[in-house]
Amino acid sequence: MSLVGPAPAPASARRDVWRRFHRNRLGMVGAAIVLLLVVMALFAPQIAPRDPAEQNLRARRTAPNAQYLLGADEFGRDILSRIVFGTRASLVVALGSVAIGLTLGSFLGALAGYLGGWVDGLVMRTMDLFLAFPYLLLAIIIVSALGPGMLNTILAIAVWTIPAFARVARSAVLQLKERDFVTAALSLGAKEARVLGVHLLPNFAATLVVYASLYLAYAILMESALSFLGLGVQPPTASWAGMIASGRNYVTSAPHIATIPGIAIAVAVLGFNLLGDGLRDALDPRSAKH
Amino acid sequence: MLAYLIRRILITIPLALGVVFVVTVSFDLIPGDPAALILGEFATPQAIAELRTSLGLDRSLPARYVSYVGDILRGDLGLSIRERRAVTAILAETFPFTVQLALAAIALVLAVGIPLGLLAARRPGSWVDNLIRVVSLAGLSMPVFWTGIVFMVIFSVNLRWFPVSGSGTWRHLVLPAVTLALPSIAVVARMTRSTVLEVLIEDYVRTARAKGVGERTLLIKHTLRNALIPVVTVLGLQLGQMLGGAVLTETVFAWPGVGRLTVFAIFNRDFVLMQGLVLVLALVYVFVNLLVDLSYGVIDPRVRYA
Repeated sequence: MSLVGPAPAPASARRDVWRRFHRNRLGMVGAAIVLLLVVMALFAPQIAPRDPAEQNLRARRTAPNAQYLLGADEFGRDILSRIVFGTRASLVVALGSVAIGLTLGSFLGALAGYLGGWVDGLVMRTMDLFLAFPYLLLAIIIVSALGPGMLNTILAIAVWTIPAFARVARSAVLQLKERDFVTAALSLGAKEARVLGVHLLPNFAATLVVYASLYLAYAILMESALSFLGLGVQPPTASWAGMIASGRNYVTSAPHIATIPGIAIAVAVLGFNLLGDGLRDALDPRSAKH
Repeated sequence: MLAYLIRRILITIPLALGVVFVVTVSFDLIPGDPAALILGEFATPQAIAELRTSLGLDRSLPARYVSYVGDILRGDLGLSIRERRAVTAILAETFPFTVQLALAAIALVLAVGIPLGLLAARRPGSWVDNLIRVVSLAGLSMPVFWTGIVFMVIFSVNLRWFPVSGSGTWRHLVLPAVTLALPSIAVVARMTRSTVLEVLIEDYVRTARAKGVGERTLLIKHTLRNALIPVVTVLGLQLGQMLGGAVLTETVFAWPGVGRLTVFAIFNRDFVLMQGLVLVLALVYVFVNLLVDLSYGVIDPRVRYA
């Protein structure tokens, strides 16, 4: 976990990182998948062959064919179109929750690491408390208390990601704050907040980016788990896990309804995982070990 | 050792109290009146008031917290709202199923995950290594409820090798255990690979190799034990997650454990059962983590508990 660079990367080092990432085939595959997902989410109406809500009762539960490339669901809705539109729910929840978790978590962690003392104790013991719950359970408690829906799903997953980002930021700040450049900045009269934001943050931003990418993968899995249980994104909004949940009733007669949307989840999660792995290897060549 | 043990156990007490606090507060997070929610829209105001009193909702948060801690210490987790039975009795029925499932899955993880990691570490960068890397990443990326359904379609519906769902025989256990184990196998394989690679570059390994120790012996006898601590940590965390996190697998396969019970409690608004479940699951998780910490000394005698 020694991703913390000695100083903000100069332009040439940044080019090195980019070159290393560029050469990493799996990382590039991940980046391509993520790009594809973003395009699908943004241009869903243009890409989807049909209206995702359009019901064709005569096409109910039809297996994949020329007209319905991935088949139709129990209401005769086009599964391909629903998968394309389902990208939106997954990405919105993943990006929203990780953005909140990253902001709050790294703020709390950096504060705890920088100030130390009772602030550190209070913040980190609270984080320990969050980590005392098996991962899905904490999200389930929050969503079942607040009620299902997209916003509450985002909040629940965000709370679950806060401790990870807090730990990363705290350990980075602890490593960095004794460095000469920090002492120098402080002795020159820089305010503490400025030291944190301007001098320390750029030094562990890379680590945070890697973690964010990996946590986007977890967040998609988490959202799908909650939506599968009926606690996450609610119908009629198209969501991948929601499609699987309703298709479950037809595993014997029409198994494509429940199985095909899962491929979308697996590919999306794999994309963010590969991207995160690739970024980590590119930012810290020692971790690649080849 | 004893002093460490006592201190380590003492640390878990505030954590446990914190868990109880979160569980108590969760009642206040519920928008509206929990009693009204439980009884539905046709309940008389009198019935709602009675339920509020029996749930203790008419008292302040600190008062509820103190009395809840007292109840827990007496082994009383309250009466399930829907089942009208003691929560402890329901837990005693369901928990063995979850333990059975989790142990079967962990056995699979040990039997498959560690050998895969060793295999990958033998020739880093080879096609075997890359294959294992991609397969384990894929295993980590598939949602468990989906793999469960896919297994069900292939092995139960089409091949008819295993029953679709339920419990009772070993055949019922196979698909849920494999489903639950899959992501953990991937995690453990990756972890084993990277720690073994770290140990393999140590001087004593080079010495052993120089004096003619075979690659297999080297890997298994000399390297694995030293690489095991991080792997055991991960295994412990996975076991803890499985004991509390088999919600999805149990739901898919209608496995009558605490995971499925959790879903039942949520959808029936059985807040008392939910509190008891959350409490027990979180405490089990904390306890498994304690055991993992203590196992370090057994695996590596160099570890001193200071």
